[in-house]
Amino acid sequence: MSDSRDPFTTRRGFLKATAAAGGAAMTAGAAHAAGDPLITEKQPWAQALGDGVDATPYGLPIKFEEDVIRRNVPWLTADPISSINFTPIHALDGTITPQGCAFERHHSGAIELSKSDYRLMINGLVDTPLVFTYADLERFPRENHVYFCECAANTGMEWAGAQLNGAQFTHGMIHNMEYTGVPLRTLLAEAGLDAAGDLSDKWVYVEGADASSNGRSIPMEKALDDVLVAFKANGEALRMEHGYPVRLCVPGWEGNMWVKWLRRIEVMDGPVESREETSKYTDTLEDGTSRKWTWVMDAKSVVTSPSPQSPITHGPGPLVITGLAWSGRGAIERVDVSIDGGKTWQTARLGAQGVKNALSRFYLDIDWDGSEMLLQSRAMDSTGYVQPTKAQLREVRGLNSIYHNNCIQTWWVKENGEAENVEVS
Amino acid sequence: MSKYRKILMGAAAGFALAAGPAAAEKLGLGRTALPDEIAAWDLDVSPDGTGLPVGSGSVEDGETLFSEACAVCHGEFAEGVDNWPKLAGGDDTLDHEDPLKTVGSYWPYLSTAWDYVHRSMPFGNAQSLSADETYAIVAYILYSNYLVDDDFVLSNENFLEVEMPNADGFIIDDRPETEYPQFSQAPCMENCKDSVEITMRAMVLDVTPDEEGGEDGAVEEAAAVIEEVVEEVTEEVVEVAAVAAPDPAMVEAGEKLFKKCASCHMVGDKAKNKSGPVLNGIVGGAPGAVEGFRYSKAMSEFAEGGNVWDAAALDAFLAKPKAFLKGTKMSFAGLKKEEDRAAIIAYLQSHN
Repeated sequence: MSDSRDPFTTRRGFLKATAAAGGAAMTAGAAHAAGDPLITEKQPWAQALGDGVDATPYGLPIKFEEDVIRRNVPWLTADPISSINFTPIHALDGTITPQGCAFERHHSGAIELSKSDYRLMINGLVDTPLVFTYADLERFPRENHVYFCECAANTGMEWAGAQLNGAQFTHGMIHNMEYTGVPLRTLLAEAGLDAAGDLSDKWVYVEGADASSNGRSIPMEKALDDVLVAFKANGEALRMEHGYPVRLCVPGWEGNMWVKWLRRIEVMDGPVESREETSKYTDTLEDGTSRKWTWVMDAKSVVTSPSPQSPITHGPGPLVITGLAWSGRGAIERVDVSIDGGKTWQTARLGAQGVKNALSRFYLDIDWDGSEMLLQSRAMDSTGYVQPTKAQLREVRGLNSIYHNNCIQTWWVKENGEAENVEVS
Repeated sequence: MSKYRKILMGAAAGFALAAGPAAAEKLGLGRTALPDEIAAWDLDVSPDGTGLPVGSGSVEDGETLFSEACAVCHGEFAEGVDNWPKLAGGDDTLDHEDPLKTVGSYWPYLSTAWDYVHRSMPFGNAQSLSADETYAIVAYILYSNYLVDDDFVLSNENFLEVEMPNADGFIIDDRPETEYPQFSQAPCMENCKDSVEITMRAMVLDVTPDEEGGEDGAVEEAAAVIEEVVEEVTEEVVEVAAVAAPDPAMVEAGEKLFKKCASCHMVGDKAKNKSGPVLNGIVGGAPGAVEGFRYSKAMSEFAEGGNVWDAAALDAFLAKPKAFLKGTKMSFAGLKKEEDRAAIIAYLQSHN
């Protein structure tokens, strides 16, 4: 298979290939009369030489994986500069998202800001306003934490009904990385908070260095709890699109607060009520009033495979159903899966014990009988919260809410293995 | 001692343990920020007016500034172009289906508009507006929302007197009371419902982008269609033979001006329909003729009336699209200057 494009790695390719082979194309190792030529004949890779160690100083995935990429929805925004793309969660496994395919959301584009040009200011109600260089930040005691970052608008397009046909598009505004950085409370202590007096009603305003000047207000309690000023992700420097050289992590809270290219932290008496915390990222209810400060991301899950972009490519028999679950209020304790649209549920196996504010991977290994399925997953977190249905959410919020849609998702898996995004009664 | 102070003390104690007994609570890293540095970066404005600089600007000046700096995306009347944000209108729609959220209908604080315009706008040229210019533009946005009169002047002194219609429209996150109790019940495992029906399908809606981007069949088909259209139009132009070859200087001027159009329209070999149709062959061509583009009813009727996009018709349309063709989907406010319109038409003609 020397073709650069493996026909089975794209959905379109899958459809063509299965049509040509009568639907059972991928039962690999199928016996040929004279044996499988991939085994019985000498293959070029088994005779000639491969690339040397100097060929790839920094590697990208092999060409056969070239469809495992971020994708965007052009009609969603006026311009790709102030827009969002989606993580290919349908094609990933485990829990860590590689930086190169982790979703991006920019308000004025991703900027190139070098470590040497980087400055971080702390000002406002502090004892001594300070300026740090990048090198200064690396001299503070640092920590490692795995956190998910989910855009508040993830699944927002689905609020009105089943719209986008793929887990990447319905649930891909999320990534999960291991961050290295300095707790925000460490930097605040360095500047001194005696000047702020009673801290219980104080806020910090955090702001980015890009042209959007994206800024959010965070209550002091959260700022002193687990907010991290991060400079590494998955062991390496942050990618440009994730805020190189320094971004904020606000564990469990909506992605817009995870300010990239962090340049300023101001201790304040109250919230700034910036554009992104008033006109956007607020949730309008049925009576026209809107919720604000809806920072926390509630428990949620989705089956990533099978799904519309990851159809079943084999016939009946052993099938791995897998997906992701997460909660901004605690660790994932349990995930249930239904194959009949929510009539009956069975508890899935977690890949590892749930970690607070990080993705969990779940698996349900079944013997598929080849009949249609209405696949759903339902997450439960350590607070006892159970992921609701869309109908339950609409009951409370009405039809005009956009953000924080954490409803149960349904994939209609057909007999030929294809799947479609549907809404069910 | 508050719990916050304890958290902070805990953090300091953590340093001492980590860095050895010589290190006090602080590591002595960083340097003191200078007043000029703080002034350069600390620009945020709070709802109570904290952070507002001294200054003022009129609706009248704001209209001119808005037209120059903002209208290309937000429309001459702040009504919004395409998917770009609408800044005006939408009053009393928040409890309707698809509410229109604008500065006038939704934003609770005027400080937010001032702060955002001053720090984050115009898109692509942020932090270029002076304080007075910002006051003027914000005054014009208020005027566009019928919140002030046309002789209004906004300043740091009267800033807090402006009443925002939706100031009381927000509540603090109430999920802990309205959602968490009912969503924290033991989940059903068996016989959870009698029947399950599919009520909506994404494939029927079909708005999912194609996996393979610009290389797939649909786009090729669209390109073929466009070629056909171009051929048809070219034939027509030959028949009409009334359009002179464009002046190269005008074409060049038009190419620059076309940036105003390019968020919706494409021209050239690789042109595809965006929120507006491909414009290859539009000069002298038939209206509403690009296949695969859904025209407004008004444009379809205009086409059925046997009209042709000759230079005079295009000139009138580009001057004020909505006045020339009531009901057109083209939300562009129009080009006031005749020479600008002539340049755009010359540029379009170079793609015939």
